[in-house]
Amino acid sequence: MKVLRDIWLIFQDEASQLVRHPKYLAIALIQPVCYLAFFTPFLKAVMATDGLSTYGDAYQVYVPGLFVGMGLFSGLFAGYGLLAALRQGVIDRCRVTPISRVGILLGRQLMHVIYLLWQAIVITVAATLFGLRVHPANLLLSYLMLGMMVLLSTSISYDIALFVRNEQTLGTLTNSLAQPLSLLAGVLIPLAIAPLWVRDVAEWNPFAWATNAMRALFKGQIGEPVVWQGALIVTAVAMAAVLLSSRLFSREVS
Amino acid sequence: MIEANGLRKTYRARRGRKTTRVEAVRGVDFAVATGEIFGFLGPNGAGKTTTLRMLATLIRPDSGKATIAGADLLRDPREVRRRIGFVAQTSGTYTISTGRRDLVLQARMYGVPKTTAQRLAEKAIDAFQLRDFADREIGTYSGGQRRRLDVALGVIHSPQAIFLDEPTAGLDPPSRARMWQEVRRLRDEGMTIFLTTHYLAEADALCDRISIIDGGLIVAEGTPSDLKREISGDVVIVDMAAPGTEEMPEDTTMREARKLLAGEPFVHTSEVIDETLRLYVDSGATAIPQIIRTLNANGIEPGAIECRQPSLDDVFLAKTGRSLEE
Repeated sequence: MKVLRDIWLIFQDEASQLVRHPKYLAIALIQPVCYLAFFTPFLKAVMATDGLSTYGDAYQVYVPGLFVGMGLFSGLFAGYGLLAALRQGVIDRCRVTPISRVGILLGRQLMHVIYLLWQAIVITVAATLFGLRVHPANLLLSYLMLGMMVLLSTSISYDIALFVRNEQTLGTLTNSLAQPLSLLAGVLIPLAIAPLWVRDVAEWNPFAWATNAMRALFKGQIGEPVVWQGALIVTAVAMAAVLLSSRLFSREVS
Repeated sequence: MIEANGLRKTYRARRGRKTTRVEAVRGVDFAVATGEIFGFLGPNGAGKTTTLRMLATLIRPDSGKATIAGADLLRDPREVRRRIGFVAQTSGTYTISTGRRDLVLQARMYGVPKTTAQRLAEKAIDAFQLRDFADREIGTYSGGQRRRLDVALGVIHSPQAIFLDEPTAGLDPPSRARMWQEVRRLRDEGMTIFLTTHYLAEADALCDRISIIDGGLIVAEGTPSDLKREISGDVVIVDMAAPGTEEMPEDTTMREARKLLAGEPFVHTSEVIDETLRLYVDSGATAIPQIIRTLNANGIEPGAIECRQPSLDDVFLAKTGRSLEE
C-alpha cells in the first residue's frame, strides 16, 4: 500500500540520519541512566513501608514510570524537529512530490517511536542486571504501549508547533504541559499513594492509565483490568491524536 | 505547457489581536510555451514566490485557475506533482545528509523502486557533475555546489516543467554562469522552465520571455528585447555629483537640473535615481551637447554623462516608477 511505503520511506530516511551519527544515540542514554542509578535508591527507601524491599521491587515500580516520563518528554520535543524541517524547506521538498501527506508526518513519528524503544531496551537490560524481573510477553506489551504514547506525545507537540510556529513558544508550552502530565501520571511516585483528588484528576490523563497498566504488567499482573483499559485508552487517544495532527498538518502547512 | 488565469492569494497576517490582509498576488495571467525559459522578474515581495508556490501545489490559490502540463492545478494537484519539479529558495536538504542519499530519497518519493532510484541518482550526479562531492555531507558544499544539487533533486524524475525560485540568489558570478548553463541544458533537453529572479542580467540573458511583476500584478510581459524596444531611443544618465569629488549633490541642484531638462523638448521622461538623473531621449548623440549647454547656462556642472541602450531596469522604471537596481 502506498501510504505504508511512504511512511516507511520517510521513517527510513529520518532514522538513518540518527544511525549515521551514533553520538546522538549515546547522548540520549545519559538522562535515563542517571535516573535509574540515582533515583531508584530513593524510591526504595521511601516505599520500604509499602513492602518494597529489593532493587528488583523498586525497578518494577520505577522503570515503567521512567518509560512514560521519557515517552512524554522526548515526544513533546518532536515539534522542534518539525519546525527545523519546515524552515529548511525539507517539508516543502517532500510536499511537491506525490508522496502521501500522512507519510511525511507519521514517518517522522515512527522514528521517534523507534528511538524511544531503543532507549527503553537499554534501560530494561541495565535494570535487569540490577535485579529487575519481568515476563517477556508483559515487557513486549509495555513496549507497545510506550510506542502508542510516543505517537500521542509527538502528535501533541506537532499540533503546538504548527499553531505557534516558533521554538520559544513551543518550548514554554510543552514544558508547562509536560510537568502536570508527568506528575499526574505518577511517573516518579506511584499515584497509588496520592490523595484521592489527585487520583480523580489523573483519571483524565491517558499517560496515568499507561503508567498504571505498565506497572501492573511489570508486576506480572496481566489479568488486572487496568492493563486492557490502559492499553485501550492510550491506543485510542494516540490514534485520534495522529489523525488530528495529520489533518492540521494538511491544513496549516500551506 | 503552463497556463494561469487570475491567480490570486491573500494572506492573513496576525499581529497581536489585529489581523491584516496582505494581498500577495492580485490576479495574474500568463502562458508559458513548451520548451521555453520563462522568467518572473520583480523586486522582493512582488509576489513571485507566492505565485510559484501556488503553481507547485504548495499553497492553494484563493481564486483563479491554472493548467500545468495538461493537469488541472485545483482539481488534480497529485497529477501536477507528478509532472513538475520544484526548487525552492531554501534548499530543502539536511546539512548532515549527503547529495547521493538525498537524490535516491527524492527519486523514491516519486514511487520508483530502490534500484531504479540509485540509477537515477547516478545519472543526475553525472549530468550535474556532482561526483566530486556527492558522498560528502551537504554542510560542506559551497553555495554553487549546493544549488546544483537542489536543481538535480528537482529534476530527478525528468518532469515536463520545472519551477526554480531564485536559482542564483547569493551565488558568485562563476557559479551563476554555471547555473545558467545547467538551466539552458535542461531547456535543450525539452523541459519547460519557469523561474523567478530579481536580477536584471539574469532575466535578460537567460530568459526567452519574461513577466515583470510588482505589487502582486504583472505590469509588463514579452521577450527581453521586445520589452526594451518599447522604450524607444536612448537613455542618458547624468551623474550630478560634482566633478572630481565623492560629495552628494545638493537636493536643490538636483531638483533644478531635473526641472530644466524635463522642460526640454527632446526629453521624453526623466527620473531621479540617487545622485543621477535618468533621461529618456530619441538620440543620445544629439541630446548630450544640449544637456551640457542647458546645465552650464544655469550654472550647474554635471559630474559625468553616460549614454546607453535601454535595459530591463528602464522598462521596470517606466512601468512602476521605481528602479529595480541596487
